[in-house]
Amino acid sequence: MNYIQFFDMRPEVALLAVYLILFMYDLVSAGRYRRLFHPLACMLATAMVAVTLSDRSTFTLFGGMYESNAMIVFMKAVLAFGSLLAILQAHKWLRSEHTFYKQGEFYILLLSTLVGMYFMLSARHFLLLFIGIELASLPLACLVAFDKYRHNSAEAGIKYILTSMFSSAMMLYGISFLYGTTGSLYFTDMVQHITGAPMQIFAFVMFFAGLGFKISLVPFHLWTADSYQGAPTTVTAYLSVISKGAAVFTLFIVLIKVFAPMIEEWQTVIYITIVASITIANLMAIKQHFLKRFMAFSSISQAGYIMLAVIGGQADGMTAMVFYLVVYMVANMAVFAVIESIEWKIRGAVRRETCNGLYRTNPKLTLVMTLALFSLAGIPPFAGFFSKFFVFMSAFSAGFCVLVFIALINTVISLYYYLLIVKAMYMMPNEEPVPAFKCDPYIRIELILCVAGIILLGVCSFVYSGIDSISFGM
Amino acid sequence: MEHTILILALPLLSFLLLGLLGNRMPHRLAGALGTLSLAAATALSYWTAAEYFLAGRTADGTFAELMPYNMTWLPLGDTLSIDMGILLSPISVMMLIVITTVSLMVHIYSLGYMKGERGFQRYYAFLSLFTFSMLGLVVATNIFQMYVFWELVGVSSYLLIGFYYTKPEAIAASKKAFIVTRFADLFFLIGILIYGYYMGTYSFTPPMTELMTAGAVLPAALLLMFIGGAGKSAMFPLHIWLPDAMEGPTPVSALIHAATMVVAGVYLVARMFPLFIGYAPEVLHIIAYAGAFTALYAAIVACAQTDIKRVLAFSTISQIAFMMVSLGVCTGSDPHEGGLGYMASMFHLFTHAMFKGLLFLGAGAIIHAVHSNEKSHMGGLRKYMPVTHITFLIACLAIAGIPPFSGFFSKDEILVACYSFSPLMGMFMSFVAALTAFYMFRLYYLIFWGKSHYEEQLALYRSGECSHEPHKPHEAPWSMTLPLIILAAVTCAAGFIPFGEFVSSNGEAYTIHIDTTVATTSVLLALAGIVLATIMYIRDGSRVTRIVNWALHGPIVAAYHRFYMDEVWLFVTKKIIFNCISRPIAWFDRKVVDGSLDLLAKAVQSAGTLVRPWQSGNIQTYCIWFLSGILIIILVLLYMA
Repeated sequence: MNYIQFFDMRPEVALLAVYLILFMYDLVSAGRYRRLFHPLACMLATAMVAVTLSDRSTFTLFGGMYESNAMIVFMKAVLAFGSLLAILQAHKWLRSEHTFYKQGEFYILLLSTLVGMYFMLSARHFLLLFIGIELASLPLACLVAFDKYRHNSAEAGIKYILTSMFSSAMMLYGISFLYGTTGSLYFTDMVQHITGAPMQIFAFVMFFAGLGFKISLVPFHLWTADSYQGAPTTVTAYLSVISKGAAVFTLFIVLIKVFAPMIEEWQTVIYITIVASITIANLMAIKQHFLKRFMAFSSISQAGYIMLAVIGGQADGMTAMVFYLVVYMVANMAVFAVIESIEWKIRGAVRRETCNGLYRTNPKLTLVMTLALFSLAGIPPFAGFFSKFFVFMSAFSAGFCVLVFIALINTVISLYYYLLIVKAMYMMPNEEPVPAFKCDPYIRIELILCVAGIILLGVCSFVYSGIDSISFGM
Repeated sequence: MEHTILILALPLLSFLLLGLLGNRMPHRLAGALGTLSLAAATALSYWTAAEYFLAGRTADGTFAELMPYNMTWLPLGDTLSIDMGILLSPISVMMLIVITTVSLMVHIYSLGYMKGERGFQRYYAFLSLFTFSMLGLVVATNIFQMYVFWELVGVSSYLLIGFYYTKPEAIAASKKAFIVTRFADLFFLIGILIYGYYMGTYSFTPPMTELMTAGAVLPAALLLMFIGGAGKSAMFPLHIWLPDAMEGPTPVSALIHAATMVVAGVYLVARMFPLFIGYAPEVLHIIAYAGAFTALYAAIVACAQTDIKRVLAFSTISQIAFMMVSLGVCTGSDPHEGGLGYMASMFHLFTHAMFKGLLFLGAGAIIHAVHSNEKSHMGGLRKYMPVTHITFLIACLAIAGIPPFSGFFSKDEILVACYSFSPLMGMFMSFVAALTAFYMFRLYYLIFWGKSHYEEQLALYRSGECSHEPHKPHEAPWSMTLPLIILAAVTCAAGFIPFGEFVSSNGEAYTIHIDTTVATTSVLLALAGIVLATIMYIRDGSRVTRIVNWALHGPIVAAYHRFYMDEVWLFVTKKIIFNCISRPIAWFDRKVVDGSLDLLAKAVQSAGTLVRPWQSGNIQTYCIWFLSGILIIILVLLYMA
């Protein structure tokens, strides 16, 4: 075996380097050096994003098990950037009493899931893919239960790990059927034996359920609300954006690389799940009063919109999907950062009523939240409008007019509940609004990055055309 | 000609700097920044003009139209796109000179006039924004870019007119200006869209094939565009915003109402002139009649106003109407045969910008000195303000059309054009010109002659009938008198510019020659107007004045109230439109539209309650749903296969 091949995987090597440095630092640092831990982690994560972006070549390794090209690398960089945002957001939480001593574990667990996601994106063999998915899931369970002394967090962790195991079992079951009917686990070999036989349909749905769990599509979404609400807010943000993004991208790749001959079948499956996801999630979201729980349902419906880009399986769909993920990432991270900031101020869960009159005491923070919610709702001229537009366009050009229409109606409903929060912040009277406070400096950096993204991504058309130039499809 | 972009960029940069950081700057720095950046833009404009006109004519005897910049900003179709760029043509270069010159004078003047005002930096930021928008308007390469900057001009004029935002009148005036011009712009936009749809381009020179097949569409589009222009140029009956807009600081009036915003409509018609003359001469004549009526109306109203800025405002309306008439009476594109009006209009635009700027700035100096707009607080000021007095007199002579001041030359060309269109039109405009001389000298005598208000007050104070000592009028500081002197010098000299060499209807050189009959009659009429004004107003309460006031009491009151045009508009909007159209629509919106949306919202809410029990929190149930979901999907798929 040629071990030098390992060094071709530049994103993974960079990630591993950061991982090891932080691990060593955790072991050796003490006293005042401990304070430098967080800045160091942020700097290393930034460097990691830069190194990841620098690689653009197309190649396969290990006999075709691992593939890399410009698009995959870009997606890895997006995930790495999202992790950087999550690390920035974690600062205050990591300095708090119960987490201070296990600060290092947070970075290590977070980066472990990132390694898993990298392999999910690059895997061209089901075994590697499965290992990637598991590597991305198990440490995440630890992160969800990171505040283990808090009842909610522990419960959320348990729920997450149990449903995760359940879905993994389903997926593995499906993969084993696929192996049985095609005789291979390599994507390139399997696609020649996929015919759409009932056994393969069965296997496909099992596999789809496994990834659908990670994307939290209805009906595989039930864990989402409980885990999102219980998990530490930083972890919720990470779950809702990075973990979801990696799973969607992986699903897209598997669909076009392996299940291409079954396009009719998987389009039907995705059709059903899209309609179910956005409608049910929207209906649920209206009734939520806890913002984190509300964001859980919002993220389910957003996942439905992302799937609109997947359904066509074409290159323009991939462009729309990646663009949507980037835009969704900055907006969602901004919302969670604001929620976390308020949480630290009031020392408790944020309800919609908590936000009443926030504008009077914290106008800047309110403005950021408004921009992010507007972007999520898809109001022009913010990036969210453009990303929704491209997603709809790709589904429309694939011939799903009715589906686009249903999604459009749901956009109106989603506008209603996003605006409920905006209304609470600006218009609702409140005797005792959240007092004025200053955000944690790291969160402020994160918010600046996010707001820049929300405003600029839509207007600067080169981002979209840049993604478009490297995307691929069936 | 790449430096032309700087002419636009400098005011924009200065706006951004002053707008974002102005509050942290001392007043002097902010003023210096705004003025210097505009001075640089002015210098560049002159350089551009020199380069452009000295480059010589092309083979066909015209100046080439240059496009140093043009980029597609928003592609809309195969041929249709919205472009942004810079177009240099004789009239746009001429406008660059006019705008930057007057704007620079206003910038310098404001250093003195606005000294110590609250919001000084904001004022300079808005001035820069306004200048930027106006410059962008004149160098637009296509009608859409023109529209974009046209609206920017509207916004920035709104900001400037409402500068004293604590004064209710100023707020009302700024709103009025914005709404009225915006209302007119609606027609402009419709015209642009029709034009773009049928011509397949927003460019000023549409392809020949489209022009041939357009039929009646092009005149309709051009007429709609003219309505937009009539709004900005304050043509009757859309003029109502301009007199009220005098609530802004006086230098702003000089900038907006003399040289820039109000001539935008004239510029628009001039820009589209080849299309008007070639394909819609009848629309051009409609413009002429509308302009002639406006000119007379405004001149009569100006005779009865007592607020000196209002007199100037109506005088502006009247003079702009002169320019419109001049464009409207064109019957051909050859300046020797029916195309003279184009050149005359542009010439008058140029000279009027200078002397009207001078009049407004002079009025500002007077208001600065006596702290009032009303003529009753003035009188006898010539002793106290010699520089203002002389420069104001020069401007009055120019607007009255007395040689050798610039107004004589341009007005003479307009009258010649009118006479060649029809003798009736010529006589009509000659009469308006005489009226102009009358009301301007009425204004002049009321301000500078007669009994001094200050001396009367002083006498009262000394005899003990008045408790506070009156404020003694004084000459303005140099920063205010310098622009007056410069503009007065320009007003004296501008008539001798061989304007036809630079601008003419078909682009070829045209030598201006004075038509002696027309010139003699118009000068005699103007002198008659001045003599009448002298008899009536050189002393307070002369017998002639009393007789005239008694005989024409009704008309004078009506003219003072501007023939009740504002009331007519209020009646139309408040009584007719609000009651007959807005109320029913509001009812429909509240009951039907909102009602159905409320119903939808209720339905969604109850559906939300319906799906809620699903989220039980029980993990076993979750797994069951998970599994049954899989099974349902598989069943659906197998059933479909």
